[in-house]
Amino acid sequence: MEEPFALIDRLRRAAALVEQARDGEEGNGKGAPPRLARAQLHEVHALSQESAASGAGFAIGCVLAGAARPILWLRTEAAERQGGRLHGPGLIAMGLDPAELVVVVVADDAALLRAAADGARCPGLGSVIAEGWGAMRGLDLTASRRLMLAAEASGVMMILLRVGGQVVPSAAATRWSVAPAPSRALAADAPGAPAYDLELLRRRGGPAGARWRVEWNRDTQSFDPAPLSGPRLPLVADRAVAGTPPAPVRGAG
Amino acid sequence: MPIERLRARRPHLFVARDDAPIAFAESVGGAMRLAALDPAAVAAGLSVGLTLADARARVPEVEVYPYDPAADADWLERLAEGARRYSPAVALDPPQGLVLDSGGADHLFGGERGLAEDIETRMARRGLTVRLAYGDTPEAARALARHAGAPAPDEMGAIRRLPVAALELDEDGCAALVAAGLKSVGDVLARPMATIAARFGREAATALRRLTGEEDSPLTPRVVATPIAVERRFAEPVARTEHMLAVLEELAGEAARALEERHEGGRRWDARLFRADGEVQALRVETGQPTRDPAVLLRLFRERIEALADPLDPGFGYDLIRLDVGLAEKLDAVQLRLEGGEARTEAVAALIDRLGTRLGRERVRRIHPRDSHMPEQAELLLPATDPTPRAEWTRPEPGEPPSRPIHLFDPPQPIESLAAETPDGPPARFRWRRKLHDVARAEGPERIAGEWWRRADMAPPTRDYYRVEDVRGRRFWIFRHGLYSETERPRWYVHGLFA
Repeated sequence: MEEPFALIDRLRRAAALVEQARDGEEGNGKGAPPRLARAQLHEVHALSQESAASGAGFAIGCVLAGAARPILWLRTEAAERQGGRLHGPGLIAMGLDPAELVVVVVADDAALLRAAADGARCPGLGSVIAEGWGAMRGLDLTASRRLMLAAEASGVMMILLRVGGQVVPSAAATRWSVAPAPSRALAADAPGAPAYDLELLRRRGGPAGARWRVEWNRDTQSFDPAPLSGPRLPLVADRAVAGTPPAPVRGAG
Repeated sequence: MPIERLRARRPHLFVARDDAPIAFAESVGGAMRLAALDPAAVAAGLSVGLTLADARARVPEVEVYPYDPAADADWLERLAEGARRYSPAVALDPPQGLVLDSGGADHLFGGERGLAEDIETRMARRGLTVRLAYGDTPEAARALARHAGAPAPDEMGAIRRLPVAALELDEDGCAALVAAGLKSVGDVLARPMATIAARFGREAATALRRLTGEEDSPLTPRVVATPIAVERRFAEPVARTEHMLAVLEELAGEAARALEERHEGGRRWDARLFRADGEVQALRVETGQPTRDPAVLLRLFRERIEALADPLDPGFGYDLIRLDVGLAEKLDAVQLRLEGGEARTEAVAALIDRLGTRLGRERVRRIHPRDSHMPEQAELLLPATDPTPRAEWTRPEPGEPPSRPIHLFDPPQPIESLAAETPDGPPARFRWRRKLHDVARAEGPERIAGEWWRRADMAPPTRDYYRVEDVRGRRFWIFRHGLYSETERPRWYVHGLFA
C-alpha cells in the first residue's frame, strides 16, 4: 500500500518523537518541551475559556518555532464573539507577521472541520490552526484521522486549538494542555514575556504527563524554560499535581 | 395614447381583478395624484396628474397602488439583464425603455423580424406589452417606439410622420413648435436647419439631427461588453445541473484558450444561465490570482452552487449558457507574499479561492495595518483576495514584552473595579465576566487621547491603558475611560487579552 519512501519517512518521524519523548522524560519538566513536528495533527487545549489567549499564544509559538508558515487560522463565529478578534498589532508583538496569515471565520464546527481538512491538504501552507470553542461537534476519531492523514501527505502542521471543550479520543500525535503562568516581572513589576504552564496529556508512541513552565522568546522564536516566579497552580483545578517536581529556579537576566 | 405607460408589475397585483382600471398614485406637493394608468383607466376617463380623490369620485372601481419609481427602475434593470441574451450592448432608457444595439446579432434570430418576434413572445410570456421599433440611431428607434405615427414605407418616412413631441423637447419648446404650425417631424424637417436653430433653440436642431441620423449619438451600454465572453445555445434546453456544469467546463476551456493568447488569466468569472422561461441565474466566482484552468474554475463553480441559499433551479432547462471573463489580468502577477516559490503560492491561492467561494469572500481575511492610534482602528480586515498591496507592520523592539494583546474586544467589555485605585494606577482587583481577578503586576498608563478631530461637538474621553497580570498569570489589557479630572467616576474596560 504505502510507498517505501513514505514509510521510511513515517518511521523516521516516529523515531524522532521517541527521541524527543526520552528528552522530555529525562527531565520531566526540565529543559525545553519538544517541538511540535510538522506533517502531524496536534491538539492544543485551553481547558478554560480564560486560557483561550494562552492557548492561541502557544499555538503561535509552536508554528513560529517550527517555521511552519504561511498560516491558515480558522475560527468559528463563537470564538470570534467570545474570545475577541485576532489583533494584528498583538500578533506582530508575538513575532507573527500578519502578512503571513489568512484568517477565516466560519459559521460552525462542521464548517470548521471541513475547512481544516481542505487546509491540511494544501502543500503550500506551513500550518493550519483550527480554533473551536466548547464541545467541537463532529470531531471524532474519523475526523481527526482524516486531518492527520492529510497533514502527513502535505507536510502541513495541523493544530486543533480547543477552548473549554472536553477531551475526546482523537488520532492526534500530541495533545497539550495550556494555561497561563505568571510571567517574570520586569522593572517596576511590569508583566514580562508570555509564560505558560504546559502539560503533555497524550503522545502517540511515548509517555505522556510531563509538565513544563515555559516562556515565549519572540526574538529567538523559541520556548525557553521559565523559572518559577509565582505560585504553581494545577492546570485542572480538581487534579492533583503530586509527583511533579518544580522546575529549578534560574537566575533572572 | 399619450405615452406607453403599461408597465410590467409584480404579477400578484393583477391576479385579483384583471378588468378593473389600475392607477398608480404618488404624493405631489401634499396631494395624492395619479402618476401612471393602464389602458382601462385611460378609457374610463382618468388622466395623469388628476388628484386621487377626483379619480376615485369619477371611477369608483379604480384600483390604486402607490407609485414606486425605484421598483420600476429595478424591474427595468432585470429586463435589461435578460435582454443581454440578444446583444451584449443593452442600454437603459428610463423610465420604461431598453435600447439594444442589435447590429451583428440579429442574424442569430433570423433577421430583424425574427429578433422582434422572439422578443415579443418572451415578453408576452412574462405578461409584458412591448412596443418595438428599429431605427438607424437609438433616438430614431426610441421615438418610433414611443410615438407611433402612421405607417410609412421606409424609416425616414415614418420619422417624418412622427408628431413633434417625438423630438422630446421640453414643454415650452414643443408648444412653440406647435404654435408655429409645425405638427409633425416632417414639417420641422422641411424648414432650413439654421432657421429652426435660430427660432427654437439649439436643442431642437440637435434633436432633429439625432433623429435623422445626421448626428451620431453613441449608445451607452448598460454593462460594458466584457473582453471575453463565450456561450452555448441549445435547441433542447439543458435541465440537469451536471450537464450544465459540463458545458460550463467546455466554455471555460474556450475562454482559457482566448486568454492564453493574450497572456492573461481571469480573476472574475460570471456564468449566466438563461432559463427557457426567461429567468436568468447568475453565478460569479472570483479568484485571488488570475487563472485559466478549467478544472479549477469548475471546482469553484461547484462550491458556489453548493453555497447557494436556494438550490439552483433549472426549471424547464437552460437554453443559453454564457461565461464572461469580467476581470482579466496578466497571469504572472503574484499577490500573496509567501515563502517557498510559485507552486506553493499557487496552491495557497487556490485554497483561498475555494474557501472564499464556499464561505463568502468577506469571511476569508487578511489583516492589514492602518495608521490610527485608536487600537480598534489600527487594523483593517480585508478579504484575502483584496488587491491592496501588503504593508509593513511596525516590528516590536527586541527584548520588550508584547505591548498589544492578540485578542481584541470590539467593543471593549466593561469591568468592575473593586479595590481602591490610585489616580494614576490600575485597580488592584476587578471583576470581569463574573470572576474576580487580583492584579499582581501592572504597567501603565499608556495614554491614548480620543481622536478629537473626528467629532466636532465633543472630544471623546482620554483612555489610560494598563497591561495587567493577575495572580494566576492571566494578562489583560484594560483601560480607564476618562481621566479623573474629566469624569467624576470613570469606567473601566477590558479591551484585549495577551497571550
